[in-house]
Amino acid sequence: MMFAAAAIAVLVTMGVALVRLFAGPTMYDQVMAANAFGTKTVLLIALLGFIDGRLDFLDIALAYALINFVGTIAVLKFFAYRSLGDRRTEPAAETEPRP
Amino acid sequence: MSAATLEWLRDVISWILLLGGGFFLIVGATGLIRLRDFYARLHAAGVTDTGGAILILSGLAVQGGFSLATVKLGIILAFFLLTSPTATHALANAAFSAGARPMLDEDRTRSERPEPGA
Repeated sequence: MMFAAAAIAVLVTMGVALVRLFAGPTMYDQVMAANAFGTKTVLLIALLGFIDGRLDFLDIALAYALINFVGTIAVLKFFAYRSLGDRRTEPAAETEPRP
Repeated sequence: MSAATLEWLRDVISWILLLGGGFFLIVGATGLIRLRDFYARLHAAGVTDTGGAILILSGLAVQGGFSLATVKLGIILAFFLLTSPTATHALANAAFSAGARPMLDEDRTRSERPEPGA
């Protein structure tokens, strides 16, 4: 019963994060909403594990917490540098052939 | 203390923790949808990530007792405490580097400012 109440609160927060994701005026709002959605997903998976009695869900929650963090940082890095760190030997401005 | 009393005490403590976590989640969600400045919304999202996550995971840990589940919940909590402020800082830094500035009081027109003493 208590897990259901907390799960409803988590679902409401996830819905609000989705609203912010679609309505966010800037793309940083959208990245923030996606990150919040991911962390609430971790909480929801942990709560569902306790509701169903399957405590193995905690492993899934831990894995998703890691994935969510790495994904958020990767998206921010891509927005900043327009590349994810590959081809570091070539500067980004060398796109036209030299005369 | 009998086993039934301990069971009841454990349920009460985890009820309180889970409801407190739900409260922080709802408050943070309200801020996420109602605040008009990006940095203020970022703080609201941080509230849900830290206050909500800490209380809910603690409530689950109390329910789990001395078992492997509590250790796993502790690991998830430690990871949240390390990475959630880092993600918030990365977001704020990225937005600031891109040119977004916080909405200051002098940016509002005179009609929008709250009256002193209101």
